[in-house]
Amino acid sequence: MKSRTIKVDYLARVEGEGGLYVKMKGDQVTDVKLKIFEPPRFFEAFLRGRNYSEAPDITARICGICPIAYQMSSIHAMEDVFGVKVEGPLRDLRRLIYCGEWIESHALHVYMLHAPDFLGYPDAIQMARDHAEVVQRGLKLKKIGNEIVTLIGGREIHPINVRVGGFYRTPAPSELSALTERLKWARDAALETVRWVATLPFPEFEQDYVFVALRHPDEYPFNEGHLVSNRGLDIPVRNYEDHFVEEHVAHSTALHSVLKPSTPYFVGPLARYNLNFDRLAPVAQEAARGAGIGPACRNPFKSIIVRSVEILQACDEALQLIERYELPAKPCVEIQPRAGTGHGCTEAPRGILYHRYRLDAAGVILDAKIVPPTSQNQKTIEQDLWHFIPTYAHHAQQELQWRCEQAIRNYDPCISCSAHFLKLDLERE
Amino acid sequence: MDQKSHSKILVIGVGNPFRGDDAAGLHVARRVKQMDAGGAAVIEHSGEGAALMEAWAGADNVVLIDAIQTGAVPGTVRRFEPLSNPLPAEILRHSTHTFSIPQAIELGRALNQLPTCLVLFGIEGRNFQAADELSPEILAILDEVARRVLGEVKALGNPAKPGE
Repeated sequence: MKSRTIKVDYLARVEGEGGLYVKMKGDQVTDVKLKIFEPPRFFEAFLRGRNYSEAPDITARICGICPIAYQMSSIHAMEDVFGVKVEGPLRDLRRLIYCGEWIESHALHVYMLHAPDFLGYPDAIQMARDHAEVVQRGLKLKKIGNEIVTLIGGREIHPINVRVGGFYRTPAPSELSALTERLKWARDAALETVRWVATLPFPEFEQDYVFVALRHPDEYPFNEGHLVSNRGLDIPVRNYEDHFVEEHVAHSTALHSVLKPSTPYFVGPLARYNLNFDRLAPVAQEAARGAGIGPACRNPFKSIIVRSVEILQACDEALQLIERYELPAKPCVEIQPRAGTGHGCTEAPRGILYHRYRLDAAGVILDAKIVPPTSQNQKTIEQDLWHFIPTYAHHAQQELQWRCEQAIRNYDPCISCSAHFLKLDLERE
Repeated sequence: MDQKSHSKILVIGVGNPFRGDDAAGLHVARRVKQMDAGGAAVIEHSGEGAALMEAWAGADNVVLIDAIQTGAVPGTVRRFEPLSNPLPAEILRHSTHTFSIPQAIELGRALNQLPTCLVLFGIEGRNFQAADELSPEILAILDEVARRVLGEVKALGNPAKPGE
């Protein structure tokens, strides 16, 4: 029987450096390895000995695309240690800056990284030659997200205004309301985005996934909630490590995370959507239905629709947050360090991001654990390929390789975050 | 001198201040600014593509300065005109983010959002590891590159006119 391998040495249009190795015997897949060879960065180790207040700025450096997620998970973990609850306009500002990050990150992925796969272009530049207006809309949407992050965070990459207990400086209501007109444009553009991506050609492919996401009593999840799954899991964030475990695998510098004892699971937009459809704003629910996806969607290729629905959700919520914002009396609530262990989990654009810190009485970090979304999705990505490749096995090598890459990009993997994570090798025996 | 035409000239120093010689473009931009920039606007930039396109929107003439890696002697300076000759992507610092100067220029070309004139000065670097200092070979040529940038600004601001 004829054998072949698919090798992608450096996966394009993903964040960071990794590859894919697939081995086939005839039409049967015999091996799939998502290879992550970006060197480990040892963030958890060098957080030890640093002050609790440094964690948001240090961990923000893990990712240039989702620094807010790192800041939010770290501050919630620290506030968990100190028994501090941040409410009112300060909490709203946290949600608003997170809206900015979702808009920025999702618009980049939908328009620049993932859409070219569906339309048959090697990259967004080639796509822009035929679809200039579409690409311009994507860039403008991304910019609005950047503006929110810059305004609240102090700068657009690695913002510096977030602190445990709140912010260093809070914006005046007039500074936020200056964004309103552009955000109204963005909400319309996001609706257009949902309608546009719904017209893309989708492979028929559904899997019986275990979805995991945060769930909040009355909000689409960003910063708070219980960890829930579609298999009955419903736990507080502090019990995360009782249910999830990270494992070393030889082919990846990113740890593989599983639901104990060994179940792969799915985090990110599709998981959030399936577990929280009823928490979406009416405008987002209506747009999703209009795009042909109901409250449940198990086709990972349609994550591009869900990501677009989430852009709409974030624009809509940002407008509401700005409308009700009043300048808080103080930019930050008072913090009294104390010894203890704190847990934080927030919804990064790519899925749940878990942080745990143990502090001494002076607030010095004794140890730290960080589990990014991409390391949690690695096993599910590999499983998708095991099941997806046979349906395309009769295609030419180039087509098959392209489909494999598209399937990986369904997850918007962020290798830089997970390497503690892409290159495609397809081998046919 | 026509100040109005000068206001549409933009000098952009690109780099990462914490990656050794990658910061060369930023240092050149600072020196150009200190030399009064010949009336051009001068900014320092991370080189992120989408933001770069935003930065040069509305400018007629753009001079970019960035560190390059071609294997040449460190401190070697090369001048590129990327609008007439696409930039060899491999010379610029490898970025895990898919969108940097060459992509910004090509996307700008596809979207018809490019300045009329774009010049890139590439400075061959030696050390791109984590460091906040430049290599001596790079420090030694910053003034010379700044003077060449100013010469470019001057030429752009005073295009030779027939009969002059």
